[in-house]
Amino acid sequence: MSATSARPRVGRNKPPTRWMTIILFLLPALGLYLLFVLFPVIQAAHYSLFSWNGLQPLTDFVGIDNYTRALNSDVFTGAVLHNVFLIVLSLAIQIPFSLFLAVLLNRRFRGRAVFRLVFFLPYVLSEAITGVIFLLILQPGALLDTGVTAIGLGGSIPADGWLGDMNLVLITMFVIISWKYFGFHMILLLAGLQGIPREIEEAALIDGAGRWQAFRHITLPLLGPTLRVSVFLSMIGALQLFDLVWVMTGGGPVNASDTMATTMFKAGLKGQEMGYGSALAVILFMFALVLALAYQRLVLRRDIEGATTAFSG
Amino acid sequence: MNLVPKRLMAGAAILALVASACSSSAATTAPVATTAPVVTTAPAATPVVTDAPKPVTVEWWHITTADPGKAVFQGIADAYMAAHPNVKINITILENEAFKTKLATTMQSGQGVPDLFQSWGGGIMAQQADAGMLKDITSDISSWSSTVNPGALSIYAYKGKQYGVPWDMGMIGVWYNKALFTKAGISAPPATWSDFLADVTKLKAAGIVPLAIAGKDEWPAMHLWTYLTLRIGGGDNLAQMVQTGNWNTAACTAAGDEVVKLNALSPYQPGYKAAVYDKGEAAAMGNGKAAMEVMGQWAPSVQQANSTSGKGIGADLGWFPFPTVDGGKGAATDGVGGGNGIAVGKNASPEALDFLKFFSSVYNGNKINASNIGMSTIVGTEASVTDANLKAVLTGRGTAKFMQLYLDQATNAAMGQAINDATGALFAGASTPAKVCQAITDAAAKK
Repeated sequence: MSATSARPRVGRNKPPTRWMTIILFLLPALGLYLLFVLFPVIQAAHYSLFSWNGLQPLTDFVGIDNYTRALNSDVFTGAVLHNVFLIVLSLAIQIPFSLFLAVLLNRRFRGRAVFRLVFFLPYVLSEAITGVIFLLILQPGALLDTGVTAIGLGGSIPADGWLGDMNLVLITMFVIISWKYFGFHMILLLAGLQGIPREIEEAALIDGAGRWQAFRHITLPLLGPTLRVSVFLSMIGALQLFDLVWVMTGGGPVNASDTMATTMFKAGLKGQEMGYGSALAVILFMFALVLALAYQRLVLRRDIEGATTAFSG
Repeated sequence: MNLVPKRLMAGAAILALVASACSSSAATTAPVATTAPVVTTAPAATPVVTDAPKPVTVEWWHITTADPGKAVFQGIADAYMAAHPNVKINITILENEAFKTKLATTMQSGQGVPDLFQSWGGGIMAQQADAGMLKDITSDISSWSSTVNPGALSIYAYKGKQYGVPWDMGMIGVWYNKALFTKAGISAPPATWSDFLADVTKLKAAGIVPLAIAGKDEWPAMHLWTYLTLRIGGGDNLAQMVQTGNWNTAACTAAGDEVVKLNALSPYQPGYKAAVYDKGEAAAMGNGKAAMEVMGQWAPSVQQANSTSGKGIGADLGWFPFPTVDGGKGAATDGVGGGNGIAVGKNASPEALDFLKFFSSVYNGNKINASNIGMSTIVGTEASVTDANLKAVLTGRGTAKFMQLYLDQATNAAMGQAINDATGALFAGASTPAKVCQAITDAAAKK
């Protein structure tokens, strides 16, 4: 009994110093976070309630007018749909493709490292540079058109060009995003695959499971945590897509490739409607926040148990 | 991530706060000069500081990213610095869109507004003036303002105060490729809109792209639409639309109808909906792949810069004023124009203004004309315009009884954006004339 009564006292003495250490170490990061992340978020929320051109004093309070305007704007709701479209395509095509490549490149064969490197390379480029490169490739009569014509498919070139066709431009954009990011997801999944002991799959194969069965029931579940992170990053990336679209089409033609981020930029910085632009920023932020929280709570919960869901139970 | 611009802004604001703490002493010198406007002769004030002149830095942002303009501007600054060893002119060269973005964020923080910067006058300059970002230079330039073309100067005035000085003023017209016109069997440039449409058909039949526009940038085609509105309704009518914000007018919809007629001929270059101005539209002209573009006086130099040869189409390039529309009220001499100028930031020093005076001299005006980077607004420089096409533009500028400043500059930024978006959709075939007029009216109603 004396031992147990001594324990709490030790515990009672320890926390203050431990907390002090934690706080001291957290302070610089916390300060930066508050200053450069939390404060601007609150600022944006504040601005979003005003009609403000960004230059004059904040005086014209308009309540939620900017939000109702956003929800009634065909341009903005269209942009939201474009984001959703990109998320769906990313999950349906980009991630499975990356997984397929990761599984292939997880096998032992000559030149494996070269393939891994080549597939990963596009990710190293900045989005702006990627945009400029593809802008050149996709110009009417440029590299892609020449190539397509050379293999006898010249008839499939859209009359308005790959970026000028309002129905096609988003697909074009998706292909470029995928080109840039599939390597990243592939490396992520590859790392996950390498963390799975070979013996488990071998044991299943010895027990008579087919290759597909082994993949479906052994590899895939064990890869779950990595896959879920990959899906998460892909969704957030598609949600806040900006640079590539801005460089290549500016959201056009006629808003056909606008995303929430480009409409925000256009309203705020080109149209100098900082209040309205801030409202769009807040809406985009809420989208990302709700998605992130819901995903963490519902899907990632098992993977990060204890890290963010301390109140579970 | 999703709030990047906002976050950058806050960052900029904080950096600027820090910077202002360091530079506050320098900033206080400017108001001293302005509080004594009675003594108009500056030299009388300067001898008080008897020691060697204090070193002064003049921040100048311009958007002339390519030669020869870039070198000409640097040369003017170098010449001034050589004569005034205490003055350092710090030039920041920015691409057009990057400039607009950077200036907007700088002004939001309210600190670090450059002393001299690119301006187009009009509505955006008025917004900047309302926000107190500009310096009222009316009295500072009164001794030499009469040497500047009054029409051009008025674009940089707002509520009776002068905030900037133009160095270039021209007029938008139609630039055309004479060789391609000949090839299509067209002997003379069209004088009326119906002739214009007929020529488009002829060019098309000859396998030539009749007209280059830039769908991504929107504003080039917007000018074409503005001209149609001006030619149909007349100058007073257009001025009234700009002023009242009511664009649901007969002239506006009729102009849209003409665009629809033009669209029906498929006159634009391949991929025009995604084309940018310089590497799309101007390149098509400069490489001889399109017969016409509706553009301002800078067109030849941009065509050259973006052509494969680097020389454009040379002597094949011609210019004619925008054709009249049959039955329209507008005169053939009415113009849509504008140009470039230098606005003066709120903290500009007397040295910055002195440099502006030097920049606006006949000598430098002639330099601007001689290098074809613009059409000088300085009285007495007309003779140095030697290029036949630019002479035609100059005549257009001189004879215009009504000159509408570019619509996306005459209005505020939000309105300009709305006009560009609405007309852009029309040229892409994704809107109707009535919708365009309504969208612009709606945008005007917001302010």
